[in-house]
Amino acid sequence: MERHVLVVFPHPDDETFGTGGTIAKFTKAGVPVTYACGTLGQMGRNMGKPFFATRETLSEVREKELRAACEALGITDLRLLGLRDKTIEFEDREVIAEQLLTIIEELNPSLIITHYPGYAVHPDHNALGAACVRAVEKMPVAKRPVVYGHAFSRNREDHIGSPDVMIDIREVAEIKLEAVRAHRSQSENVIARFEEALKNPEAVAQFGPSMFTESFYTMRFA
Amino acid sequence: MGPIDLQSVQKALDARVGKTQYVHLETTNGAYAAHREEGAMTVCAYIRNGRIEFERGTIVGDGPYRVGLKMQIGWVYAEGLTDYEVDEKGRLLMAGYDSEGRLAIALELSDEPFAM
Repeated sequence: MERHVLVVFPHPDDETFGTGGTIAKFTKAGVPVTYACGTLGQMGRNMGKPFFATRETLSEVREKELRAACEALGITDLRLLGLRDKTIEFEDREVIAEQLLTIIEELNPSLIITHYPGYAVHPDHNALGAACVRAVEKMPVAKRPVVYGHAFSRNREDHIGSPDVMIDIREVAEIKLEAVRAHRSQSENVIARFEEALKNPEAVAQFGPSMFTESFYTMRFA
Repeated sequence: MGPIDLQSVQKALDARVGKTQYVHLETTNGAYAAHREEGAMTVCAYIRNGRIEFERGTIVGDGPYRVGLKMQIGWVYAEGLTDYEVDEKGRLLMAGYDSEGRLAIALELSDEPFAM
């Protein structure tokens, strides 16, 4: 049983789409989960269908959605890092690593979940994942928590092989779906397919396997 | 926000002629464009809180619309605008949304800097 799980992703909804089932399993088992969310997704392109947000109201909309999704997933501790969407890779990585290290030292998590740097498609994912790995590297070896990297770039299997952690999330699929619905501005385009996949396991292959299994790579440190 | 009304937007542009304005201009096809479709390119550009002054601002087209702002020594231009509003802060927000509700382009003008 984990002592405390820290999730570090840059955008409201990363926690749900990538790892919502895994988080729900932890919180159901009574493990405290903290989500350190890098930005408010201010530059998101999805705004609902039909759209209900503007470029200037999107950050408020997404913060509300994030809080609702956290509630659905059982996350009671949300930390907003105050970075700006699409800019993380241009920031000083060491400064962000220090910010994360402060949180890690405060919470003393036994497990951290973040994006696998270089294999997570969005530049913000790769940059915050790299800063998180850097933060853990700063710790004495004996004190380091386990770190799971979430990867989904097309080239990942060729470069880094298959994930070594596979988590069956069938039992919490409805909870994940509720969290997906909470991110309405981002999910209205995909929600119908998601619901179909939930009803019909054969549709999973078409939708993608993330409805029933979430997979991670255990990060290795020098 | 609602569908662009040519006359209202033109009026809002005219009211800003000769005044210092903060501009937000962006265009994007989404951070996952290349991930979803092999061979596609992910593109995005944005300027937030550029400070400009224009001597002529014009909206044209049959929808989606185009807006050109003529500055003393240059231009700001946007194409594909579908919706607009003058919000409670008096800012002129214009954007182009596709049929899925996704923002493809935005052009916004404000007397004060936009929030960061």
